[in-house]
Amino acid sequence: MFGKLTIEAVPYHEPIVMVVLGVAALMGLAVVAAITYFKKWGYLWKEWITSVDHKRLGVMYILVAIVMLIRGFSDAIMMRSQQAIASGGAEGYLPPEHYDQIFTAHGVIMIFFMAMPFMVGLMNIAVPLQIGARDVAFPFLNSLSFWLTMAGVILVNVSLGVGEFAATGWLAYPPLSDIQYSPGVGVDYWIWSLQISGIGTLLTGVNFFVTILKMRAPGMTLMKMPMFTWTALCTNVLIIAAFPILTVTIALLTLDRYIGTHFFTNDMGGNQMMYVNLIWAWGHPEVYILVLPAFGIFAEVVATYCKKRLFGYTSMVYATVAITVLSFVVWLHHFFTMGAGANVNSFFGIATMIIAIPTGVKIFNWLFTMYEGRVQFTVPMAWTLGFLITFTIGGMTGVLLAVPGADYVLHNSLFLIAHFHNVIIGGVVFGYLAGFTYWFPKVFGFKLNEKLGKASAWCWIVGFFTAFMPLYALGFMGMTRRLNSYDNPDWHFPLIVAAIGAVIIACGIACQLLQLVVSIKDRHKNVDETGDPWGGRTLEWSIPSPAPFYNFAHTPVVEERDAFWHMKENGVSEQKPAEYQDIHMPKNTSAGFFIGMIASVFGFALIWHIWWLAIVAGVGIFVTMVLRTFNDDIDYYVPAAEVERIESQRYQKLSNQA
Amino acid sequence: MRKWNYPDILKRVSLLAAVAFVLSGCTGSSLLDPKGPVGAEQKYLIMTSFFLMMIVVIPVIVMTLLFAWRYNYIKNAKYSPNWSHSNKIEVVVWAVPLAIILLLSILTWRSTHALDPHRVPESDREPIVIQVMAMDWKWLFIYPEQGIASVNELAFPVDTPVEFRVTSNSVMNSFFIPQLGSQIYAMAGMENTVHLLATEEGTYPGMSANYSGHGFSGMHFKALATSDEGFQQWVDSVRQAPETLQQDSFNELAKPSRDNPVEYFSAVTPGLYTDIVNSYITSSDSSHHGAEE
Repeated sequence: MFGKLTIEAVPYHEPIVMVVLGVAALMGLAVVAAITYFKKWGYLWKEWITSVDHKRLGVMYILVAIVMLIRGFSDAIMMRSQQAIASGGAEGYLPPEHYDQIFTAHGVIMIFFMAMPFMVGLMNIAVPLQIGARDVAFPFLNSLSFWLTMAGVILVNVSLGVGEFAATGWLAYPPLSDIQYSPGVGVDYWIWSLQISGIGTLLTGVNFFVTILKMRAPGMTLMKMPMFTWTALCTNVLIIAAFPILTVTIALLTLDRYIGTHFFTNDMGGNQMMYVNLIWAWGHPEVYILVLPAFGIFAEVVATYCKKRLFGYTSMVYATVAITVLSFVVWLHHFFTMGAGANVNSFFGIATMIIAIPTGVKIFNWLFTMYEGRVQFTVPMAWTLGFLITFTIGGMTGVLLAVPGADYVLHNSLFLIAHFHNVIIGGVVFGYLAGFTYWFPKVFGFKLNEKLGKASAWCWIVGFFTAFMPLYALGFMGMTRRLNSYDNPDWHFPLIVAAIGAVIIACGIACQLLQLVVSIKDRHKNVDETGDPWGGRTLEWSIPSPAPFYNFAHTPVVEERDAFWHMKENGVSEQKPAEYQDIHMPKNTSAGFFIGMIASVFGFALIWHIWWLAIVAGVGIFVTMVLRTFNDDIDYYVPAAEVERIESQRYQKLSNQA
Repeated sequence: MRKWNYPDILKRVSLLAAVAFVLSGCTGSSLLDPKGPVGAEQKYLIMTSFFLMMIVVIPVIVMTLLFAWRYNYIKNAKYSPNWSHSNKIEVVVWAVPLAIILLLSILTWRSTHALDPHRVPESDREPIVIQVMAMDWKWLFIYPEQGIASVNELAFPVDTPVEFRVTSNSVMNSFFIPQLGSQIYAMAGMENTVHLLATEEGTYPGMSANYSGHGFSGMHFKALATSDEGFQQWVDSVRQAPETLQQDSFNELAKPSRDNPVEYFSAVTPGLYTDIVNSYITSSDSSHHGAEE
């Protein structure tokens, strides 16, 4: 009846897990109680859960990312404290069975359920506004993508309380992830959470690719697109090209585990090296999927807060496209030590280094945007300056690792760990947090607290260097990754320093959360009346804040790069249109929500081999799809009078200001 | 193997950096304290690449701080809001990274071939062969020439190239003695090779560098680089061991164990290592091989 699922699957004998579950349950109950008390269930359902508005979906993505950041960071703190304790024969407080799940969960959560949703969230919020569109190309698909991602999030979190998570490392290399060496449900949680959310990501890729290519405002040629939209376009090309590889690779692993095929097993002709190649053929582009939009954010931020045109736009576009293409021909650098010949390793090493050239060009372009500009030290600018310094160092260590001869001794060491945290924290996280602060007023209509934002940036930057410089040194001292305990006394001191660094980063996260609370409290003080709080350059700043649900009352006409800046220069930015037209909008739908939720049941049933439930859920997904397909009532018109009423409020505000 | 001649000054600068590194608390078994030619070349390779890249890294950091300070909003410095293109700057920002990467590429091509793990280090002496097998969660070392085997400890004479033939009886691991240089993956059904050489006597820690399951942290071993006499003594002491290694005792050893103590086997069934490697290749596969031959 319940497959492999028994009461034993609940880890009630593990105090740490049970306390975490207890706290999570209490918080969940508090949220439910609050929603019920304030009678917000209807509002939540109508305005958020069934919404197909790209801005609302963006907010929900980022909310998920923040929650998962806290979850993934708790894992980080546990690892750092374990390694700070478990020296010279001491075992620490986390046995390997638990510790190995923690580092696996940390990697999976941070990449798939923190960075990816954060990136997709920012793209959702900014891309349609930057190109002058009313929504994405396929609004329902967008909602479905979100709820499929949510299904993955649910499965990862359920694994905490029911069963276990994978203890294989975040990429689950076979044969370790095969049924022979990992007979538990941990790897199955890994498989189904990534498979379901991965399909969501692929749909997002298709959706935004079409949106950017087909829905730009008239006059916005490719070379007039804002830089963030350019990087988003390249990221979505990468998603479309790379995520199917992940889907297939995981599907083959699934077959190995579920029906006994031998794609990647030790025996019967299976080949583990094929998996390693496939997973990195996806895995390397994935890195650029995450970092390109961050580059785009920095480009917007630097130009805006230096009050200056972006230096070398054309160069920047070509650099981005070059990185996009090159990201597919470097995957082998993740396993130089597998025994390939010198010619092969040299090829991939040199190909990797070549990526440093366009990346270097980008860095110089940001620097020369600052040159002879008017640098305003706002929060996003603090993140950007921190990024420029941190990321350059991370890029340097990356090129070092790309030299196969050096990688032979640095591979899988803490040097490698320090390197990729250096580029992911220094590049991706700093970029997303800059974007978060930058676009926040556009979504909510008020600005975030500056002081706490800067405090957060300082804590993150200082914390990063305190936490990861010792890891670089430890790599040189011969310490490998994923160690639960060690007997080399020389490693102890740097690991204590690293743990202190993690605490400083924790302060950064706390400041960020406090910033949200304080800013919401002070929202009336920091209201953005004009819709253009930073003196922006691109179209999203031409509409009111918070952006109306239809985005643009009139589709803007673009003549130049930095379209809104150009309008302001020509004095046409505040002209009230003579008349308004009806606006065609998509209707909310609950189909995405239901498919996502049933998909999580489907995944859960497959994880625990509850076959009847899997069939029921599969049919449920199919039926919901069919019902949605035959539903013709999917759109409506906002009457021109309603548009005029909403818009005139804004012009009222503008004239009050003047 | 060809030794490259780095400019003398570069060597001195890298030594200085190494000293600074050691002083900053990084003592002990360090990649910066190599005990063989492979590790030594890797150290210089790391140092050279590092200093080459400083040509870009230092200006970027300086420019970031300088521009942020110089063009601070309150300073009213020169302001050119529409200046966004300069052929001169574009040429420099493309050319300088390009030139450095070109240099690094040449260095990469040469060093990757020089440090190819399949290559035998230059020496007057014949290499000795040690068969290495990663197991759950310990290392088995078989000496085919001496007919002995050991677990979690191995010995070899200094100044003699050692050919490690690396495989796995379980999941993927990586065989790594940091102070001697290159690591190599250990995979079931496959034989990987890495050649190392120690120039100084000593005991060097070794480990698995690729996570392999719950017993991974305890999967370390000691590599004893000894004099010729010392190596002979070690071999003799292993030959005194009561245990021998045949299929039965191998199966017993193959059971998962954590923090396995050092074990010696005075005799090994000839061909055991090859049998284990081949056991992961299917019968259909081997008949296929037969047809080809």
